[in-house]
Amino acid sequence: MAEERFVSRGFLGKRRGGEKKDRIPPGQYLTDDFPVLSAGPTPRTPLDKWTFTIEGLVKEKVSWTWQEFLQLPMQKYVVDISCVTKWTHLDMKWEGVSLDTLLEHADLDRNAMFVTAFSDGGYTTNVPLTDVINGQSFIALKYDDKPLAPEHGGPARMVVPHLYFWKSAKWVRGIRLMEKDKPGFWESAGYHNHADPWKEQRYWND
Amino acid sequence: MKQTLNWQIASVKDIKPETADVKSFTLTLPAWMRHRAGQHYDIRLTAEDGYQAQRSYSIASEPEREGEVDITVERINDGEVSTYLHDVLVPGDRIEARGPIGGYFVWEATMDDPLFLIAGGSGVVPLMSMIRHRAAAGAKNPTCLLYSSRNFEDIIYYNELEKLRSSNHGVQVFHTLTRSQPPDWKGYARRLDQEMLKEVAQPLGRSVQVFICGPTLLVEAAANALVKIGIRSDKIRTERFGPTGG
Repeated sequence: MAEERFVSRGFLGKRRGGEKKDRIPPGQYLTDDFPVLSAGPTPRTPLDKWTFTIEGLVKEKVSWTWQEFLQLPMQKYVVDISCVTKWTHLDMKWEGVSLDTLLEHADLDRNAMFVTAFSDGGYTTNVPLTDVINGQSFIALKYDDKPLAPEHGGPARMVVPHLYFWKSAKWVRGIRLMEKDKPGFWESAGYHNHADPWKEQRYWND
Repeated sequence: MKQTLNWQIASVKDIKPETADVKSFTLTLPAWMRHRAGQHYDIRLTAEDGYQAQRSYSIASEPEREGEVDITVERINDGEVSTYLHDVLVPGDRIEARGPIGGYFVWEATMDDPLFLIAGGSGVVPLMSMIRHRAAAGAKNPTCLLYSSRNFEDIIYYNELEKLRSSNHGVQVFHTLTRSQPPDWKGYARRLDQEMLKEVAQPLGRSVQVFICGPTLLVEAAANALVKIGIRSDKIRTERFGPTGG
């Protein structure tokens, strides 16, 4: 560990945030932008081929087409988002379907403990089931009152606001319920398995 | 075995201006660890009262150089960390760093597919680490850099890239200048587009491995165009940055 009392000579800091600074997790800075970070090209699935599926430890696989998905009850969300690349954006306005709503349609095996979200382009990310239920996550179709742009994960992105933003899978096509945890794309490439920004869980063993 | 990345106190060995807004910083690391080309370091600044700011900066140097790394940093006018690095930091200063970080946007000299590197602005930095790694490791795979800058003066590493291009190491370098061009400019003079990518990529063949780094719009345009001309999505790795950073 670096010594606790290290001070950077002549550093004052911008200290953006004012009275909102208590909402900025450690090591993060405030932005009004919506930066794009993805590991590869933006996939584009035509909406008539799009489905969202709940699979794995469920009695029967459940699947929605785009048209069916649009019939599900939507909710509005205003949430703070933190990205491991250090930006935090407060009060981001989303609209989407709560994961609780989706899970009501599935008969979960009692051994289901973990969720892997999977996406077009092969991206995966893992979260404990207890981190996505009870209003903690949703499948977003809109951002800032507009359909979610492809580079931000449209048509649908799973948003888990209380974890670093890579846990919010872009281009999400479904979730797989599992008994055992399985590290996803970034979780296998040096990034923290749980990713709580308030605990600064950025990288392995943080 | 999962490694732990601890903060360490690096010392600033050297600071080198690259362009008007860009400088390279050589950091000596007490717990240096060999990086993979394309990875980054986190830099953390701490004020007297304990306030801290962190940012990530790509490594510019080759992994073969032991004990130290270069990071190349663009000064963001409204920035917090980049302005400190540019305006306050001097050789001999100490600074907290941890890394190397990142496991996907990386190239190893053992990956012998033809290499197509596409950069916008300071997005060239992690790609430069790959180019330097390729040279240090003596790799022979055909390699091409397509590099978009605003003006001639904004091109980072211009002389080094020219030297590489003319030294018969199998590295081709194409520049495009999107805002202004010098009078005798022979490179491209427009934003990246499908035609340009096709011209440059074709000789590299279909097994080409692509790395793209730059502003979101450039990365989106380049990645989409490459998919359209038939390069497989899983051969295209991207790293993007928006206007934020700092």
